Amino acid sequence: MELNSRVPSGDIQTRWTRTKFDMKLVNPSNKRKHSVIVVGSGLAGAAAAATMGELGYNVKCFCFQDSPRRAHSIAAQGGINAAKNYQNDGDSVYRLFYDTVKGGDFRARESNVYRLAEISVNLIDQCVAQGVPFAREYGGTLSNRSFGGAQVSRTFYARGQTGQQLLLGAYQALERQIDAGRVTMLARREMLDLVNIDGQARGIVCRNLTTGAVESYAADVVVLATGGYGNVFYLSTNAKGSNVTATWRAHKRGALFGNPCFTQIHPTCIPVSGEYQSKLTLMSESLRNDGRIWVPEKVGDKRKAAEIPESERDYYLERMYPAFGNLVPRDIASRASKKMCDEGRGVGESGYGVYLDFSESIQRLGADKIRERYGNLFEMYERITGEDPYTLPMRIYPAVHYTMGGLWVDYQLMTTVPGLFCLGEANFSDHGANRLGASALMQGLADGYFIAPACVGNYLASTKFAPVDTNHSAFKDAEANVHGLTKKLLGASSKRTVTSFHRDLGKIMWEYCGMARNAKGLNHAIGTIDALKEEYWATVNVPGTGDELNQSLETAGRVADLIELGSLMCRDALAREESCGGHYREEYQTPEGEALRDDDNYSFVSAWQWQGEQKSQALVKEPLTFDYVKPSQRSYK
Amino acid sequence: MRITLNVWRQKNTTASGAMKRYEVPNVSPDMSFLEMLDVLNEDLLTKHDADGPITFEHDCREGICGSCGFMINGLAHGGHERTTVCQLHMRHFKDGDNVVLEPWRASAFPVLRDLMVNRSAFDRIIASGGYVSVSTGSAPDGNAIAIRKMDSDLAMDNAQCIGCGACVAACPNASASLFTSAKLAHLGHLPQGQPERLERAKKMVDQMNTELFGSCTNIGECEAVCPKGIRLESIAFMNRDYSRASLMQRPSTGDVGFG
Repeated sequence: MELNSRVPSGDIQTRWTRTKFDMKLVNPSNKRKHSVIVVGSGLAGAAAAATMGELGYNVKCFCFQDSPRRAHSIAAQGGINAAKNYQNDGDSVYRLFYDTVKGGDFRARESNVYRLAEISVNLIDQCVAQGVPFAREYGGTLSNRSFGGAQVSRTFYARGQTGQQLLLGAYQALERQIDAGRVTMLARREMLDLVNIDGQARGIVCRNLTTGAVESYAADVVVLATGGYGNVFYLSTNAKGSNVTATWRAHKRGALFGNPCFTQIHPTCIPVSGEYQSKLTLMSESLRNDGRIWVPEKVGDKRKAAEIPESERDYYLERMYPAFGNLVPRDIASRASKKMCDEGRGVGESGYGVYLDFSESIQRLGADKIRERYGNLFEMYERITGEDPYTLPMRIYPAVHYTMGGLWVDYQLMTTVPGLFCLGEANFSDHGANRLGASALMQGLADGYFIAPACVGNYLASTKFAPVDTNHSAFKDAEANVHGLTKKLLGASSKRTVTSFHRDLGKIMWEYCGMARNAKGLNHAIGTIDALKEEYWATVNVPGTGDELNQSLETAGRVADLIELGSLMCRDALAREESCGGHYREEYQTPEGEALRDDDNYSFVSAWQWQGEQKSQALVKEPLTFDYVKPSQRSYK
Repeated sequence: MRITLNVWRQKNTTASGAMKRYEVPNVSPDMSFLEMLDVLNEDLLTKHDADGPITFEHDCREGICGSCGFMINGLAHGGHERTTVCQLHMRHFKDGDNVVLEPWRASAFPVLRDLMVNRSAFDRIIASGGYVSVSTGSAPDGNAIAIRKMDSDLAMDNAQCIGCGACVAACPNASASLFTSAKLAHLGHLPQGQPERLERAKKMVDQMNTELFGSCTNIGECEAVCPKGIRLESIAFMNRDYSRASLMQRPSTGDVGFG
């Protein structure tokens, strides 16, 4: 198939404006006749549902949690980028665009990224107007901090809980529309299938997680804003419930999956402590503003941090990348940590850790200033490790944090299924092969508040809709499919728990499709995962029934999809014979060990098309062109 | 170490529940409380236990989403300062400890299963007025209104509420005053929140009463267990605004007919 990205041509600075002008509009009195389903209530989903409610559409919003306020966007700590240039330090829309394209290692669409940078300034205004309590200076103006991959200070923040505050802003806007009767909220519902009728997405089938009932909902448009799939690694900084099910089942109904192997490994997380570990906790990248990362210079140095003199410490990021120092992009910082630990210079009991040291900043600024900036993060660290970061350096190690890949969407955020849109982390679009810090919140909100409402309107205004209800045979087929999967999971031989499979999957993915990948390992992983899938469906242990609140059943469905996704990620990583951003193939590196891109052969988006249960997905390529930021070897030296 | 758990088991909202005893051997002090329950649940699954694994709500496990929460030995989230259950680690317990786990108890929070309750009443309180009525696109520049740092900080202190419900569970009256007042104080300390301030207080307090939450009698248990350190003074803030709103209430111009 041919992919039509619908990217506008001409001057990049006016592409979005011209696109909006060319869009068809829905007459205000016709808006309430259109129904929209939004799945997910994080930054992208809540913002989109609220905004489309404000516009007058008839919106239904779904989430699997008990309340839309709990979506995983809430856990984002550090901040949101915006090209406001309030600091007068040389920032501009163009610079944010440039930094993001470069940070993504030239594997994102220029047009999308420019639009994101352009909209970033409106997001701050919108959130401030909602009452988001961003940090302020004494004069009453907004405060900024720096983040990796940028030499300007453009990150807006609310202590270490920026995601929480932005999400609560969107949640409140959503609740306002719920109160106004324009949005119906359906919490504790998990989307388990997409329903297409006459080639258009016309509804979803979901499971009511409280009663177990399988429910169908019809609409003119379906919007997925269901987040990322980092939990394929079992251990990640994602919430336990984060999963790929909604997008994966849409993939099986015709939506192409873009760049699945592009995963972000975040450099600063609390290291693993034992086999029982259920998740990893991120320590915000903003800590790298004031913390210095180091390991002992000598291999196998087991002395306590305080006993290692300054002259025997290796501040390796400052040494290797003097221009950006501790603020190099995430992929680069993570690989450097791995390299140190592989050399045997890691710290902590396991040897898989490096120090993030605040002693110098505490001396320079005082403990109170540090507490004001990062107090809640320091508290969280102490609660988990039992160590006080005001007196001992933190121990950190990279962990899976974000997935740049996701459903392929065109410039108007529509997937390859007409009427199916995909927003936020769930789509593949704006971050290329590596996302810069504080850009996920920006993308989720830009998609939700501004881009999706415009594009969905355009689709509604330019499409004919046959009347459809949930008695249609396509809904009945999807319901039967959902019942069939439930029955199969409940009917397996109950030999191994879902979690034990999930943990195995995670180990395979981390070992062979994690920070470094190679052809041999990936081939091995594909075989192992395919065998794991077979064993899963035959022997998984799911207790209880489908007609009750059953958390084991919920997890079982999600892990089944993650297993299939894991296999696709490995195939994608194998097919991309270059290194770029977070995708580091050991076969392709520069003499200094940096990622070596192959622009001649791999300057494209990999979009994978489902071919049926027993077949491998087919690869469809969307070529990438760069008219403004010329691809170069990324250098942060 | 070895921990004995007594856990409330209840199949659904209408079924009657009962305490059930479980032994968890080999608990590591570095485990979180929920990881200890994970280990127990894996064991119950493997043994094909008739009641199945224990249902409890959780998601981020970083103390920010507000999903988790139950009573540990009668204290919401276990009673450690500014700590949700997911952030509570087993190093705070001793070998041989006997630990009792119960769901939040409040008429407004019916039990769904085991330790999981329905907190949708909180959403309805926010929906009744816990927002600034500003639609997408109609915002002035972020720096157009200067906000005193102190006001912004006070707003943030209150905005940190995670909506876990510990305040309700700890309150002998099952009052939702700390939760409701946190939102009122968050928006009430900011210039953006002023136009709707009194109306908001009126609507949210009325909704709170409709939801069968009890009244506040200034006991302070809520403040003691709040994992985000929301303070009792927010309730005073709410009561002041509610009194003013009640006294100053007048029909809107729309009701008296201008047009």
